Formats: sequence, structure tokens, C-alpha cells
Amino acid sequence: MNRIEKKLLTKRFGIIDPMSIEDYLSLGGYAALQKALKTTPHAVVEEIKASGLRGRGGAAFPVGQKMEAVQKAKSGVKYIICNADEGEPGNFKDRYLMENDPHQIIEGMAISAYAVGAAKGYVFIRGEYSRSVYVMDNAIKAAKEKGFLGKNILGSGMDFDIEIYTGAGSYVCGEEFALMLCIEGNPARSTFKPPFPTAEGLYGKPTQINNVESFANLPHVIQDGAQEFAKIGTKHSKGTKLVSLCGNVREKGLYEVPFGVRLWEIIEELGRGVQGSIRMVQVGGASGPVLPPNMLGIKLDYKDFADNGMSLGSGAVIVIDTANEVLDIVRNTLEFFRHESCGKCTPCREGIVHLLIILDRFMLGEAEKKDLELLKTLIQAIEDTSICGLGQAAPTALKTAMRYFPEVFAAGIKKRSAKAI
Amino acid sequence: MLLNEIIREKGKTPDKLLSVLIEYQKTKNRNYLTNEDLKEVAQKMGLPESRVYSVATFYSLLSTKPRGKYVIQLCRDVPCYVNGAFDVREELETALQITMGETTKDGLFSLEYASCLGCCEQAPVIRIDQKVYGNLNRKKLAEIISDYRRL
Repeated sequence: MNRIEKKLLTKRFGIIDPMSIEDYLSLGGYAALQKALKTTPHAVVEEIKASGLRGRGGAAFPVGQKMEAVQKAKSGVKYIICNADEGEPGNFKDRYLMENDPHQIIEGMAISAYAVGAAKGYVFIRGEYSRSVYVMDNAIKAAKEKGFLGKNILGSGMDFDIEIYTGAGSYVCGEEFALMLCIEGNPARSTFKPPFPTAEGLYGKPTQINNVESFANLPHVIQDGAQEFAKIGTKHSKGTKLVSLCGNVREKGLYEVPFGVRLWEIIEELGRGVQGSIRMVQVGGASGPVLPPNMLGIKLDYKDFADNGMSLGSGAVIVIDTANEVLDIVRNTLEFFRHESCGKCTPCREGIVHLLIILDRFMLGEAEKKDLELLKTLIQAIEDTSICGLGQAAPTALKTAMRYFPEVFAAGIKKRSAKAI
Repeated sequence: MLLNEIIREKGKTPDKLLSVLIEYQKTKNRNYLTNEDLKEVAQKMGLPESRVYSVATFYSLLSTKPRGKYVIQLCRDVPCYVNGAFDVREELETALQITMGETTKDGLFSLEYASCLGCCEQAPVIRIDQKVYGNLNRKKLAEIISDYRRL
């Protein structure tokens, strides 16, 4: 193993047969669930809270806090949803988790169900992930046969069942409300928050919805204990992070590292660098910031990113070499959002189109100086007034490109106009 | 008849609508559902036609226009883009004599863009009939196309 890797969630990858529950059991599988069932739901939530585990889907909300809210919500019916609608360009970690160690996720969901008092769970898998659906379906059936799912789990009196729900090609389904509307049989057009899913989620009932990687962490927190878990990572970011490394690096692939590793270490030591030189790195996927080469000393850490006015996102690292131009990449990213916008709210539906129109003026060298201000105003409006995270994050690449590559935009301004001002 | 079986297997509640539509579309040779198909689904599931239509036209894996027997989805997002996705497009368009969004005259292939297929470590990738093909180059593409032609 490499110096900077730390295998926790991926430690069984390639060692166990993902289609065999016996393999998972032989390496201590479902021991965390049994341990959890011997304590109280309250104690489980406290343990998760103490671990400092934060959601791995991109928003980084503390998992224990979310569970506590659902646990305290007064309702006879509660749901667990595992968000496996991985569609953020550059990300493939959830697919690897599902296809290499499916029971780890199921165990995490069952621990959650016990803690919050839910009897029904869904794994929402995007329609394109045929193999993931196949492996997860097999694992759920096997877990039922062995009594880790179903009625009276391991004699504890707890009932919990998981159903797979398959999406049908829509990025916005990854947004939690859009996802729940999809399960209910509607087009996935999100809605205003609050109320949050923890209070009124699926079918209006309290719902714990978390990313695949978040659930996969739970058995480790319970089995190793919060204290042990919190030893991995940094002061503000506990545990490991799966990194989907792609783009122009030599060794593309999935890597697991402790929080605190620097971006250049991931790119150079794990990805073995690029063939030419790096133009920029997009972190987190299409909704994430683009960084210039001189900023790659930034740590994989929620606080380090926040201090730089950015968020870490879901952990994709897309390395782009100098054969590509900044504006082409930004344009590609905006095109993605234009296509995936659900069309419900105006700032996202119309705003992105206008960002593209103005950006094209820069690409043709025909922009006016005032177009810079126009872009900034429009970016602010889209971020502030879009209903869901898709719209709010759509201009991030453009915004950070304007911040870190101002010369590229300056070069797109018409000569005469620049002189006049 | 077929639709009845699908509904019996999947269920009749609104949360099964999407999977019923997907399964029903799979039974169609040209990979799409007509307005009559959608009306039939609405009637048999006891849902308003407007709801069935809105779901069928929202999701990109469903189509209300005829497509080829094999829909070739090409990812063009950044990880594939910087690894030559547009060279793949050129190869495909030349080999099939159609442009993106079109279907070959024999009704065998359609070309579509897809949003990220989650296989960025194998970029550039295409997906045909639930199968992903990655690390593409000219030779590999030609082989894939001729394999599907022979099927």
C-alpha cells in the first residue's frame, strides 16, 4: 500500500467475493450490527455523534446530528434512504462501494434503522448502474436469508427491510427532495427547504437520507468505537475519504486516504502525475471549484476548503492538463448543468443559458468589460435564488475560474472596449 | 398482455410507475413508448395521463420518440472530454453515418449524449444496452460496433 493510503471502507475490496455473504461474515461482517443491537438506539446515535462523521455526499452535514433529529421525530413511520444516485461527473466511489462490498452499506443502513426507529429503507441507485443494482439486490436477498434484514432481526424484535429503487437518468435525483419525489412516482423537481427530510421526508415522514459512503462508515464507527475512528483524519475532518481520481492523470482510479492529505500528494503519489503540465484541477465534480496548480497544497479537509471559500464536495479529483483550455472546461461544465436543470425555477433554467451566452463572448474575444460585472451579478443571483443545490452549485466552476484565472477572461475582452475604459 | 404482466410483477402504486415504464419500454423494439402506450399505462395503473406523460418525458432513459434497437450513449462530461470523448464521437458518427441524436436507417443504432456514466477511471466511455465500454480507441470502437451488427 502507498504511504498516504488508509484502507478502511475499501479494506475488503478484492479480498472478498461481493456476491458472497459468507466472505463478508468471515471478515467480521455484521458484528457491528450485533454490537449496536445490544445497546440502546440512543447510545448508537451518541456514538456516531462522538465520531465526528460528516456526510460524504457533498454537503458534509454531521451524520449523528441528522440521525438524532430523525430519532427524536414523533412518527410511527420513518424511512432510511441510501442515496446511490451517483451522477456527479468525476465520481465513481459509490459504484465501487456497491460493487465490491455491498454488505457494508446494508449493515450501515440496518444500524441506522435501529437507531432512528425505521422499518423500511430504500437504496436509490441510478438507472445507469446496472451492475450495482445486480450486486446490491443479491446482497439484500442474502442478508434477508441470514436474518440481518426482515422481521425480528437477530431476535432483537426490530423489523427492517430494504428495497432497491432504480432511477432513470436524471442528475437532479441526487438532490434529496428530488430523489424522494422520484420514489413517489413523479418527475424529480425539487422543492423549498425547510421542512427538512428529517422532519418531513419521504411520503411526508421523517427520513434519514445519506450517501452510500456515509452508510458504509457506520459499521466501522460502531465496531471500532467513536474514539478509535476519530483518530483518523484531522481535527475538523474525521475518518477517511474515498477519492475518485480521474482526468489526465496516469493512474486513474479509486483511492482511500485519511483526511488531511494534500491534493498534490493525491495527484503525484497516487495518480503518478500527468504527462505534460497541469492546467487546473476540479475538485468534487462538476459542481466543484477549479483550482490552479499553485493551490494544490490545499488539504483534503472540510475546514481547509472552507477557509479558502470552497467546499470539498463528494471527493472527485479531476486533473486537467495544459492540452485543455480553462474556458472550454468551464463551458463544458455549464453545458452539463444546462442539460440537467429540471426547469422548475427560473434562475437555474434561464440563468445558466445566459451564463453560456456571455461566456461565449469571452471565448470569441468579443466580450465587453462590463460583461465581467454582468457574469458576477448573474452568478450571485443564481446562487442565492435557485431552489435546490443543483442550481446553487451550477456557477461554481465559472466563479472560481474567474477568481483564479482572471487573465483568461481579460484576454476575451474586445481590444477597443478595453482601451475605451 | 405484456403490460398486464409487468404491472402484476411491479405493482400498481404510483411509486412503481417509473419501473413499469422502463420495463415496458424494454419490450419495444425501437426503445420508446408511444402516446397510446402511455395512455394504456395510465388507465391500467389508475393514474392521470398527464402524470404518466410528465414522468415519461422527464427521465432520459425513457423516450417518446423512436430510437434504434441499440442506443449508444456517449459521455461528454469533463473527465471523458479531456480524454478524447469528441474523437469517439467522430469515430461513431463516421462508422454509423449519422450524427448525434439520430438513428441509423436500418433502425439498429441511435447515438445519444449521456451525462456522466460514473466510469471516469475508464474514460472515454460509451454505454450500449446496459453495458459500459471504456478506455476506447479506434480499433476497440470498430470491434464493438461490428459485434452489435452481428447480434
